[in-house]
Amino acid sequence: MPGGQERTLRRRINSVQSTKQITRAMELIAATRVVKAMNRANAARPYSSKMTGVIEDLAAGGVGIEDPLLRSSEDVSCIGFVVITSDRGLAGAYNSSVIRSAEKEIMATQTEGKAYKLVLVGKKAIDYFRFRNYDIEESFTGMTDTPSYEDARIVAAKVRELFVSEEVDQVILAYQEFISMGTQRVAVRKFLPLESMQTVASEGGGDADSRALFEFEPSPEGVLSALLPRYVESRLYSALLDASASEHANRQRAMKSATDNAEELITKLSRALNRARQDAITTEIMEIVGGAEALGDGSDKESDQHDQNETEITV
Amino acid sequence: MSLRIELVSPEKIVFEGDAELIIARTSDGEIGFQPDHVPFVGNLVSSVVRIALSDGSVQRIAVHSGFVEVSDNHVALLCDVAELAEDIDVERAKTSLANAKNSLATETSSSEAEAAIHRAEVRLEAVAGL
Repeated sequence: MPGGQERTLRRRINSVQSTKQITRAMELIAATRVVKAMNRANAARPYSSKMTGVIEDLAAGGVGIEDPLLRSSEDVSCIGFVVITSDRGLAGAYNSSVIRSAEKEIMATQTEGKAYKLVLVGKKAIDYFRFRNYDIEESFTGMTDTPSYEDARIVAAKVRELFVSEEVDQVILAYQEFISMGTQRVAVRKFLPLESMQTVASEGGGDADSRALFEFEPSPEGVLSALLPRYVESRLYSALLDASASEHANRQRAMKSATDNAEELITKLSRALNRARQDAITTEIMEIVGGAEALGDGSDKESDQHDQNETEITV
Repeated sequence: MSLRIELVSPEKIVFEGDAELIIARTSDGEIGFQPDHVPFVGNLVSSVVRIALSDGSVQRIAVHSGFVEVSDNHVALLCDVAELAEDIDVERAKTSLANAKNSLATETSSSEAEAAIHRAEVRLEAVAGL
């Protein structure tokens, strides 16, 4: 039935059209969110670079490395994993790529006969690991969209507690690093123990030795023990910000291709619709012509019939 | 000769400017920095940081724990929380002070409530100097 086909096509075009509107809106929202997240990441940079500066000063002051957060044990028996994903989906391969890398690491840990503890940030990671019966030590939601420093502090406190109480000997952080609008990369990094002060200082680009000697208040050790927890927080905060920027960039890309696909589909469907309509018209004409000819056989006045045909067609 | 001041919190740069004198409070007590101070690193406690700017005005900032680093006439203050005196919501500070005092009255020892009281008092102190 040609008419029926037309109707179904029209209905499909409408539904694709409304899907397209939704994905377009999500794309635009994600685009503004990426910019916001990037700005936040930039705004957070002075603090962390200043913190590295203080660490350089401490290294120059020759602080003894005696802090639980710097404890590096030779024999690692349990590894903590912090996995940062988003709460919401529709962000392309963003969540699955982070989760896949993290799971690979966890499996490697298990085959080495070591235990693991999972600290999950974001609903997607929680859903995934819970469904597969992993032991989840702690999970956090509602912070990955626009992470605040307070969020980082809460997660960092948990991670620190695990590490300082020696429940885990190492902490690995898995998240998606934001390199540019077009490039994001999964990063699986050692988070704790912190590298020794000297390594941090040299990574910071400062030449600690040439610096003047510092006065410390209350003492170099006192400053260090107050500084290290904040250093952990600040690193976690920048990871969260990176993850959030990556999430929005991924979502924007995913939604852009969805919108493009919808457009393509609409073009295809409207071509099919046009053909179906043309088919219907042609069939109708054929029927009319056929009918007229059948009538015309018994009649003398052929020209009259012609006129009638033409009027029918123009309708 | 002046000091270059940078006061940052984890989320943003709160204040930047040139100053003649800056007074902060570390765990050992109040300390003032003038140009050509020796390199210094200290733990900040919740207090009001006062900055005498090069143009003669005074900037007051409520800070809640962090660090101060001085080197080469460059003062960097890293604060967990920092608020410019003019940005502080007085009503909110007063309410949180009252709330914290109430919760301290019901519970005999609560370090959280005490910290909240201290924070609110620092905020109000910063505003009082305006």
